Amino acid sequence: MLKIKNLHASVGDKEILRGISLSVNAGEVHAIMGPNGSGKSTLAQVLAGHPGFEVTKGSVEYEGQDLLELEPEERARAGVFLAFQYPVEIPGVSNAYFLRSAYNEIRKARGLEEVDPLEFLDVMDQKLKVVEMDEAMLNRSVNTGFSGGEKKRNEILQMAILEPKLAILDETDSGLDIDALRTVAHGVNQLRRPDNATIVVTHYQRLLNYIVPDYVHVLANGRIVRSGDKGLALELEAKGYDWLLEDAGVTAGAGA
Amino acid sequence: MTSTTIADEFETFATDGAGAEGPRWLRKARKAAMARFEQLGFPTPRDEDWHYTSVAPIAEAGFRVVGEPGGDVTEADLEPFLFGHPEWPRLVFVNGRYAEGLSHVRGLPAGVRVLDLAQAVEEEGDLVERHLTQVADDEARAFTALNGAFLRDGAVVHVAKEVESPLPVHLVFVADAAGANSAVHVRNLIVAERHAQVTVLESYVAVGDARYFTNAVTEVAVGEGATVRHYKVQRESERAFHVGTAEVTQARDSHYVSFSFATGGALSRTNVYTVLAGEGCGATLNGLYMVDGEQHVDHQTRIEHAQPNCFSREIYKGVLDGAARAVFNGKVYVHPIAQKTDGKQSNNNLLLSERAHVDTKPQLEIFADDVKCTHGATVGRIDETALFYMKSRGLDRETARHLLTYAFAADVLETIELEPVREGLEELARKRFIVDDQ
Repeated sequence: MLKIKNLHASVGDKEILRGISLSVNAGEVHAIMGPNGSGKSTLAQVLAGHPGFEVTKGSVEYEGQDLLELEPEERARAGVFLAFQYPVEIPGVSNAYFLRSAYNEIRKARGLEEVDPLEFLDVMDQKLKVVEMDEAMLNRSVNTGFSGGEKKRNEILQMAILEPKLAILDETDSGLDIDALRTVAHGVNQLRRPDNATIVVTHYQRLLNYIVPDYVHVLANGRIVRSGDKGLALELEAKGYDWLLEDAGVTAGAGA
Repeated sequence: MTSTTIADEFETFATDGAGAEGPRWLRKARKAAMARFEQLGFPTPRDEDWHYTSVAPIAEAGFRVVGEPGGDVTEADLEPFLFGHPEWPRLVFVNGRYAEGLSHVRGLPAGVRVLDLAQAVEEEGDLVERHLTQVADDEARAFTALNGAFLRDGAVVHVAKEVESPLPVHLVFVADAAGANSAVHVRNLIVAERHAQVTVLESYVAVGDARYFTNAVTEVAVGEGATVRHYKVQRESERAFHVGTAEVTQARDSHYVSFSFATGGALSRTNVYTVLAGEGCGATLNGLYMVDGEQHVDHQTRIEHAQPNCFSREIYKGVLDGAARAVFNGKVYVHPIAQKTDGKQSNNNLLLSERAHVDTKPQLEIFADDVKCTHGATVGRIDETALFYMKSRGLDRETARHLLTYAFAADVLETIELEPVREGLEELARKRFIVDDQ
């Protein structure tokens, strides 16, 4: 589904991704871990098409297409979804209106009929249950005045509605208490299917107790320094990141 | 329209024309106003109140005051401007002259009188004499003086003590092709007696794209414990000039709520001045301007806290595209005696193009020592982070931009309590920003 080859990306003069290669197949869950500043959030944002990063080298192939050639909205319509680490507040735009607009864009791209507000309510009814969200949240402005947990749930709600092929969760666990974490993880698990894939970007192993990865990759200083199975995450939890960084010849905190 | 030709025109108006009509006090008032205007002349950018807005195009255009009623406005022409409520009592003025055939005042109880000025002078002479030209100050205001000199047409709304008007009153000022090159000086008077309540909507609109000059003055006297909601919709032709002043005096425990919606005109200026002259008053002054091309829109507000324990709230928002320019100058003035004043004021602008320009000047002048007043202004562009967020959900750039822009504007429209007007203006804002590709 996704083939990343030797990906380099920069902000201004500063190179943040320094040669990432990674393949993700349908049905798989990949966890990307790493210390602060390792580039893991940058990787997530580059895949979604954030205009603040410039890809200087390498390629990303998604379902046979050159992903880097696509605008963010084209990526979304092709089935790529990024759950933001910091979901954006949009005062004045109701959540319901925003979600329906997005849903209809994605449906159009898939050759399906658009739905009207009433039909959309039916869609919402089921999806709200996935993330245990109250219907009242739909009438509020997008993320405006939401608590940290509400914002993250709202991201997963969007994911549930848009049914992406490739979901990238960027530190969705950060700032969540254990109940909210369980709810969010439960939502993500319910959405897993043999024909979609998930990339979970996280700093902590905790989330991976709930969303069990097939592969774990450790990023440091813009490169993948170790890949393994879920056992690697447990090892990191026990020993921290430093031993891996030393192995890879990187001093702790470099690139932070 | 140099001062000389205005003086000549006034001479004819005051001796042979309509200016010779009416009671003695009114004729005197016109003459005094003309003398005041001659003394003041048109403001220049050296005048602090007109620093960012040059009225030279108005002064030099040679606009002439309309004599006989003219114009060809029909009921059907009005329909798009009535917010879906043709049954609301309304007075219609075409090119500045009262159009009886298009007006009606059905559905009002005995305590609510809505009259055109000529009729009001006859039937409610004392009331008119007591308030007209008394609320609006022409001491230093040339356009108010000029308006007073040619004072003839306008509306008078009077709500008796403890009467609540069940319907809003709509004053519609329409310009059409027959009004080309004319100067329209209309003067309105709204009087709400003790504990009365009324909503008055003023619409300044055009059929066609004539070039003309509207110079409107509305005087509002809000009695003790009374509430006046005063909405102004300025949708003049894109070639028109507009100066509109609302001047208000508030008695104790009264509320004045104003909204200024401005999208029209080549050059427009709206003034809202209120004096909180009794204790326990509230004033809410909100507005939204949306301009593009070469349009210039200017708002000046003044909230004068003259007594203790009053509050004022003010939010003005602006959206500018093309090479449009906007000016906001809002003053909150707190007298030494006006302790416990609670004032909030803000002006937020969204620039959609590199060439658009805003001059904003929120001002607090506080002479009391126990008050709570805040003010602020922002000028910004579309939030790129929000744009990326929306794009990452499948919305294209244009749709996301329109949605964000509309949301910015809709925020202040939500404060309009008269639902059909709020919805109508939301629709106008949506159409302005959302290009329907159907």
